[in-house]
Amino acid sequence: MHPAPSIIAFSTFSGLGLGLLFWLGVASSAPTGWVAFAFFAIGYLLAVGGLVASTFHLGRPERALKAFTQWQTSWLSREAWCAVAALVTMGVYGLFLVFFDTQIRLLGAIGAFFCLMTVYTTSMIYAQLKTVPRWNTVLTSILFLALSVAGGALLSGRVAIGLVLLLIAGLIQLVWWQIGDKRFAKSGTDMKSATGLGTIGEVRAFEPPHTGTNYLLNEMVYTVARRHARKLRLISLFLMLLLPVVLLLLPFSHVGAVLALLSHVAGVLVSRWLFFAEAEHVVGLYYGMR
Amino acid sequence: MTQLPEKTERKLGLVIDLDTCVGCHACVISCKGWNSENYGAPLSDQDPYGGDPSGTFLNRIHSYEVQPEEGPAQLIHFPKSCLHCEDAPCVTVCPTGASYKRTEDGIVLVNETDCIGCGLCAWACPYGAREMDKAEGVMKKCTLCVDRIYNENLPEEDREPACVRTCPSNARHFGDLGDPDSAVSQLVAERGGMDLMPEQGTKPVNKYLPPRPKDQLNEEVDMLAPLLAPVAEEPKGFLGWLDKTLEKI
Repeated sequence: MHPAPSIIAFSTFSGLGLGLLFWLGVASSAPTGWVAFAFFAIGYLLAVGGLVASTFHLGRPERALKAFTQWQTSWLSREAWCAVAALVTMGVYGLFLVFFDTQIRLLGAIGAFFCLMTVYTTSMIYAQLKTVPRWNTVLTSILFLALSVAGGALLSGRVAIGLVLLLIAGLIQLVWWQIGDKRFAKSGTDMKSATGLGTIGEVRAFEPPHTGTNYLLNEMVYTVARRHARKLRLISLFLMLLLPVVLLLLPFSHVGAVLALLSHVAGVLVSRWLFFAEAEHVVGLYYGMR
Repeated sequence: MTQLPEKTERKLGLVIDLDTCVGCHACVISCKGWNSENYGAPLSDQDPYGGDPSGTFLNRIHSYEVQPEEGPAQLIHFPKSCLHCEDAPCVTVCPTGASYKRTEDGIVLVNETDCIGCGLCAWACPYGAREMDKAEGVMKKCTLCVDRIYNENLPEEDREPACVRTCPSNARHFGDLGDPDSAVSQLVAERGGMDLMPEQGTKPVNKYLPPRPKDQLNEEVDMLAPLLAPVAEEPKGFLGWLDKTLEKI
């Protein structure tokens, strides 16, 4: 699948921002006043910035509001609703923290729930697709949630729990890669089933329908740069997990914590790039490609 | 509405005969022509006369080489367009309700004024039947020529999809696949019509007729055959005289 920068930025940054808002929502004693303002501002910049970035890949962004209508069947529509519910609830919760030094625990809990639901609905947009076997697993949702909550913990300054969550997220990432590599073969879709010609013999793509490229090939048969996937996985894991863990285990310093966070985000960006670049859509089979 | 109808009154669709398709691409051109001049946004091209041409098509013809265990390889031309699936995954993922499946005839359509061009429906389709139009920013797909098949301004013989109307080898058939007595349904039953990617669970309405088995050469051929003297004889009579005379000139 084509790794569109707008989607990679959206899912990474909004995941991180919503992770931070989640921790602010469930905190036993949330920050108040200016500190709260700073935390909420960062959370909203990331979450809203990500959501705005996601509209950049639309062909007709001016009609984006119509995406709220089909929540009964569409995960993309559900995501829109959950995002609004999370941002509005957390906004009111944050307002009371910043200006009235009051923490409404129930409101925070509801907001935190919608933050996680937003990340979950985002992940389901991908996990629901039978056409992309690598994504089509419940592990995709677990991975998105784990990365969001771990990143949020780092961003909100929770070192101890952040360390544990980082390790868990890294482990899930590893398992997701391992299982993902086998998903296409397991899906049972191959050139034989795609063409229905398998009963005659081995099928080979002889001629594509056109001499140039097309939307399908650009969007769904993105094979460029997959050859560096192994190296990029190691780089991603190093930045997302190993370096932050080492930095956090060192005696605490603000510089170290910021570096750990930046490194983690860079690692997640690489991982998210791979998420798309390595994903193979079954339509590639019609072109004799994966 | 992106909820799929539980049942459609009819199941209009195509039956494509892989045995008779000659891969001439006439259906591609007639489809592009009709759908650039009639219903919806025209199918645009990008850089059509330049070095890197591309464009939107609703129907594309692949060619496959199939190698049986014994005997020579076969070349099979393979037209592919929207299969108007009963369980169309492209419809349910649509966030705006632009994609829908009609209850009356099962045609899957896009309401272009509602489409935001997010591309999720194209991701959900295993067959590559949907293509985003770069000029218009909306998703385009086969309409089964909904503006032809019910069009009373057209002569009756033209009230079928443009690709079917134009096919010179009669490899494309149009009809109601929900009616077991229709000509297309009987054709499917007779020739063992098949679904593409049945494991994807989309329940396509369009069916493909597999190529008929090729003739087999069963007589024994003398292994010395290539070494035998040619049977062709020198021309006699008038032709012989003409041959010799022309040789001399």
